[in-house]
Amino acid sequence: MKELICIVCPNGCHLRVDETGGCRVTGNACPRGEEYGRSEVLHPTRVLTGTVRLHGAALPRCPVKTRSPIPKEKLLEAARALCQVDVQAPVRTGDVVLADLCGTGVDLVAARTILPLQSTH
Amino acid sequence: MKEHQLTVIGGGPAGLSAALSAWEAGVTDILLLERDRYLGGILNQCVHNGFGLHRFQEELTGPEYAGRFIDMLESTAVQVKTDAMVLSVSPDRTVRYVSPDGGCQTVRSGAVVLAMGCRERTRGAISVPGTRCSGILTAGAAQRFINIEGKMVGRRAVILGSGDIGLIMARRMTLEGAKVLACVELMPYSGGLNRNIVQCLRDYDIPLLLSHTITGIIGDRRLEKVVVSAVDGRRQPIPGTEQVFACDTLLLSVGLLPENELTRALGAEMDPRTNGAVVYENMETSIPGVFACGNVLQVHDLVDFVSEESSRAGAAAAAYIRSGETPSRRTLAVENGSAVTYTVPQRIRVEAAGKGVQVFFRVNRVFGKSAVTVTAGEKRIARFKREHMAPGEMERIFLPEGLLALAEGNVITVSAEEAEV
Repeated sequence: MKELICIVCPNGCHLRVDETGGCRVTGNACPRGEEYGRSEVLHPTRVLTGTVRLHGAALPRCPVKTRSPIPKEKLLEAARALCQVDVQAPVRTGDVVLADLCGTGVDLVAARTILPLQSTH
Repeated sequence: MKEHQLTVIGGGPAGLSAALSAWEAGVTDILLLERDRYLGGILNQCVHNGFGLHRFQEELTGPEYAGRFIDMLESTAVQVKTDAMVLSVSPDRTVRYVSPDGGCQTVRSGAVVLAMGCRERTRGAISVPGTRCSGILTAGAAQRFINIEGKMVGRRAVILGSGDIGLIMARRMTLEGAKVLACVELMPYSGGLNRNIVQCLRDYDIPLLLSHTITGIIGDRRLEKVVVSAVDGRRQPIPGTEQVFACDTLLLSVGLLPENELTRALGAEMDPRTNGAVVYENMETSIPGVFACGNVLQVHDLVDFVSEESSRAGAAAAAYIRSGETPSRRTLAVENGSAVTYTVPQRIRVEAAGKGVQVFFRVNRVFGKSAVTVTAGEKRIARFKREHMAPGEMERIFLPEGLLALAEGNVITVSAEEAEV
């Protein structure tokens, strides 16, 4: 039996996951908690967020995130890979700034719409 | 003097939501003043995810959450003025502000929404002894340097305070290549959300030292080390428990203060428990036609609730513009009873409460199975069960119309207690 705190939402439910009996989850208040409990025991994943260099805008950085969660053990390697990424304004929320981040199969996408320097927002 | 139906002060999540809901309620002439160059407020530097689960049923980053509201605002005719710093608000709802394009300007409005947000407590507010070297900054300032300016603040860090910003920055510093040695918390429990302790500290093996504080800061020009001591039940450092951490950076996450200079100068009645204005059920302050919402009113944990509260303030401002002052024959004062530190709203005009009123509050200690009770005089009028409550997590209860009608006298009291077995 493994005890976890659910990180899916701010409620922070106290989960118990039975690793022997097919990973039965108890203590969850919603179905997403059950999914989290199982995945956390079998193969934990997280969404990585950060920033990348931005050119041609008033701001020097563009916030980014992985479109979906990536394996937890890849987080530090993936965070380092963000240093190699350059983006040119304009950039729109959801634009892919790096495909297949570190072989995870997950794309890195822009998390803010930023117009070029001259334009008035 | 220019005139507008509504002026909203602040273009963060609170101001955006208030302006939008006033627009949706039929107010067509709205001025939104923001002192930064962009709308979105503090959300722009909160590049982590976890925003919007209540509002949008999905997990967004701060800039994405702000972007949703900015997009909605762009489909309206709300007039947005960025780079505009408000200097004063008067009881006749005259707003003076200054901006590079127009200099000092004055506008009069049918209603005003105060949505200025909050700022961080600094080293001066907590009296940490030691030298005044560089490398000591608030967690939010470090967040701005890293996420907006692209400048790293240090390599080896200790974090004082375990509020959410401190926890988020522990992870952020780690992902940016720094070593975070410890997160030090004076209280025996964290002030942040459970999920942040898991995904920001435990994921990266960062120790959380509860019932500890910083008792020494050592450094010539740059910070060189901090001394951490355990504290006793009265939060006093225990001699002999000192540990020294060699570090170049100390981040402070030691609380937020609503930014109410304008509100105080306006003469609105203030609540010393929240450091925000006293408000009625519709977010109206003691100055008629002036409303307050978001972190300037009470410091929230979740932006989703800021949006919701501000949406009510915007709608109420629209109603004020349409039909003037709220009639009130009977007003209930909402007071905090045992284990509750404050309530918002502080006053309820019973006839104006509509279907009912949402009351927000915080408790002063960690509770397991427990109950929130509402009493009027000696009589208990409501009881709400809770599985878990903590000071770091804002609580809310809904008092329906029928229940308010039951309340005799002029005061209702909200209290928390352990559940009877």
